[in-house]
Amino acid sequence: MSPKNKLDLWLPRLVLSPSLLAVLIAVYLFIVWTAWISLSSSQMVPKFDFVGVEQYVRLWSTPRWHTAVANLFIFTALFLTITIALGLFLAILLDQKVRAEGFLRAVYLYPMALSFIVTGTAWKWILNPDLGLQKVINELGWTGFVFDWITQPSFAIYCVVIAAVWQSTGFAMAIFLAGLRAIDTSIIKAAQIEGASLPRIYLNVIVPMLRPAFLSVIVLLSYISIKSFDLVLALTNAGPGSATEMPSTFMFAATFRRNQMGVGAASAIMMLMTVAAIIVPYLYSELREDRNAH
Amino acid sequence: MRTEEHSARRSRQIGRVFIYGSLIALAAFYLMPLWVMTVTSLKSLDEIYGGSFIGMPKAITLEAWNKAWQEACIGTACTGLRPYFINSILMVVPAVILSTGIGAINGYILTKWRFAGANAIFGLLLFGCFLPFQAVILPMAQVLGRLHLSGTIPGLVLVHTVYGISFTTLFFRNYFITIPDELTRAAQIDGAGFFRIFFSVMLPTALPIIVVSCIWQFTQIWNDFLFGVSFTAGQSSPITVALNNIVNVTMGRKQYNVDMAAAMIAAIPTLFVYVVAGRYFVRGLTAGAVKG
Amino acid sequence: MSTLEIDRARKVYGDLEVLKEVSISIGTGDFLVLLGPSGCGKSTLLNMIAGLENISGGEIRIAGKVVNDLSPKDRDIAMVFQSYALYPTMTVRQNIEFGMKIRGVAQAERDKAVKTAADLLQMTHLLDRKPSQLSGGQRQRVAMGRAIVRQPKLFLFDEPLSNLDAKLRVDMRTEIKRLHARLGTTIVYVTHDQIEAMTLATRVAVMKDGVVQHLDDPQSVYDRPANVYVAKFVGSPSMNIIPASLDVEDGRPVAVVDIPGATAGRLTGIPLSSQAAAKYAGRSILVGIRPELFSVAGVQSPQTVSVHIDVVEPTGPDTLALFQAGGVEVTARVPPRAVAARTSATLAVDTAKIVLFDAETEKRID
Repeated sequence: MSPKNKLDLWLPRLVLSPSLLAVLIAVYLFIVWTAWISLSSSQMVPKFDFVGVEQYVRLWSTPRWHTAVANLFIFTALFLTITIALGLFLAILLDQKVRAEGFLRAVYLYPMALSFIVTGTAWKWILNPDLGLQKVINELGWTGFVFDWITQPSFAIYCVVIAAVWQSTGFAMAIFLAGLRAIDTSIIKAAQIEGASLPRIYLNVIVPMLRPAFLSVIVLLSYISIKSFDLVLALTNAGPGSATEMPSTFMFAATFRRNQMGVGAASAIMMLMTVAAIIVPYLYSELREDRNAH
Repeated sequence: MRTEEHSARRSRQIGRVFIYGSLIALAAFYLMPLWVMTVTSLKSLDEIYGGSFIGMPKAITLEAWNKAWQEACIGTACTGLRPYFINSILMVVPAVILSTGIGAINGYILTKWRFAGANAIFGLLLFGCFLPFQAVILPMAQVLGRLHLSGTIPGLVLVHTVYGISFTTLFFRNYFITIPDELTRAAQIDGAGFFRIFFSVMLPTALPIIVVSCIWQFTQIWNDFLFGVSFTAGQSSPITVALNNIVNVTMGRKQYNVDMAAAMIAAIPTLFVYVVAGRYFVRGLTAGAVKG
Repeated sequence: MSTLEIDRARKVYGDLEVLKEVSISIGTGDFLVLLGPSGCGKSTLLNMIAGLENISGGEIRIAGKVVNDLSPKDRDIAMVFQSYALYPTMTVRQNIEFGMKIRGVAQAERDKAVKTAADLLQMTHLLDRKPSQLSGGQRQRVAMGRAIVRQPKLFLFDEPLSNLDAKLRVDMRTEIKRLHARLGTTIVYVTHDQIEAMTLATRVAVMKDGVVQHLDDPQSVYDRPANVYVAKFVGSPSMNIIPASLDVEDGRPVAVVDIPGATAGRLTGIPLSSQAAAKYAGRSILVGIRPELFSVAGVQSPQTVSVHIDVVEPTGPDTLALFQAGGVEVTARVPPRAVAARTSATLAVDTAKIVLFDAETEKRID
């Protein structure tokens, strides 16, 4: 585009600059601010002194934080595995020219439109052992059935997994389905002529072709799991005790409830670094592909 | 020959049964919570404690809905969800319009008025899509305080607009990049300037992505909890915060039917949008993931 | 309608020099075709004339006026794009009117201009449709209509026919030619299709690597290409470039071409100045022979060559015969059924139209 007259030269930059400024401040400057707080002795109010990594030492010597980190790993591993497996399974089934595909797709995907708070509220009720699912199954005749994970400190985290999987499977399915639809169907025909069975074709030919979709799903689900906050709060309120504490809930509680602003900031920076380690390479590769494509 | 044909047909039938069986079973799993929420919200508390969970209500009553809407206590104020619902609308509408409008013009600039460093700027904006907000709530709370916007709806509008720009810019940038540059060049030769090209040529073509952006922003902002709970208190909270309060207050016998009605009320706007414009919702969902 | 002068125009992106001192000048009513493969700089040059890219060096003058610092809208030009670039949300009428509206032309005048253009291009019945409801050829017409209503000093066409299928392309080509004859406007037209260049242009500039290789009228470019590159780019099948050596007999040049399994061909009667003949005597040269310069000879004579035909490719009106000479494959255009594959043939050559090139620089020798 020709910057023939001066207006054309500076007008686009001028119009873009407030957004850029807002993001520079609200994202990057604020991150620096949080990082600074994490290196200060801040408790109830921010203090801009410098105490080195004291807050990080305190953070890593807090048992609750250890629980949070362990939970994050358990949660992320299970959440990713189950969501991806289920989402891929659904996408492949839906790709078999089934009837009412649109309706079924809508059914699997609608939880994505809900707030995690709503999801948490609903599942809290369903998982309630006194009145919920356990009771229904008991009344159906299986009296020995016990499903009281939400009250068990060592199992409650799996309840969070169930609710999160329920909410996010549709998302994985949608991306896999888009990937499947982009694959040339003549590949399936060619493999069929070679005599391969349908499950085999999917396993050996189609699924490996979904690599980009896998990458996207893994990255985005990891991001969801690291920042998952509302769901835990609504479903278990990080309990029983602190059994389902996650880094996000830990950060919030430390900062706003326990007046440990420095520790909260340190935990936020730990979260940020984890996300950045996943997202930055991903964005970099996506943007670079973009450049090759054009 | 015949037996071969027969067995081929048989295995195909088994395959179809497996496909439909799995799809229906999983559909039931995904619909179950919505069903349970709905029927529970229509039951009386006695019926619930009487042991009715998944079955149809014996007598349909809107009592729980009424309570959730105008009587339930959030903190000390027993106003029901209504004022918070209004708060959420007052927050969502301007934030959606502002962030979509800003994203549209940003996307237009980044694709049709490329200048040195435009790609770097896009990269900077893009990271904002994946920012864990925990890393910024502390300073944001401070800044809102300085601006005298703490605990106010305009404060939340500001926060959601700023953090929405990343996503909306991504939407519009990826959309406008598919529109040939020749179109802006033709308009330039026709004598149209920067804003004229945007409003007369680009924006009218961008209707689908405007819908995508509005739906995405609406869903994100309506469903937000972290900003709401961090920056507001009491009467100025959005609906998600109020819902969480209702559910977590434990006084006397827990009113599950009211909880469910409240959850439904909080869910209805986004569910409505999803039902009406699901296609655009999915597009927004996948926009950040699969290109093209 | 006006003249266009491009005076040592340069375009540089960072370290990359896309255009190297291009100079072209055309008169009123000329139809200039910028011809070259993709990446040769022809579209960049067109965009610089339009004002869509700035000029790194040199000058561009339209009607004698330097336009380097004018924005596109002030250059009094109109442009037709490869993708047509019709505004998708506007009707055909709104598309055509858009520029006039911006310039503040009154409604009555706009209607009149739209009507004139629509009549001229026979698209009155399309005026209320959206671009998406039009066929490729119709979109092309609308794009031209949009350009015509501006009544510009200069029309610019950026590969306007390359998105059309073969049949339509020929029709639209004729239409553009007719339009030019009717309106008499000055046109700059970018294409990579040498047939378009031959049929449309009054002046052709063949470009490669940001340099104009040859600027002349189409027939001259075809008959006496400035170098081997131009010789091969213009014409289909392209000119045969055959390695040979130059003898001088009685002060007359003779090109000697090796022919496998036969006596060497000796081509006499080649137009060449005596200085050049003297300079190149006894040296290797390249002989450029258009396929149609060959003809089937009844009897052998000193003027003919005997060759072994490898393949024949009938095209309908005539047949292409392929054989080896001078170590390369040579194509001759002969009447249908005049020769058969895997047989010998005696061919005569219209040597008066042969072009010689320097074997090293690949430039034409006169």
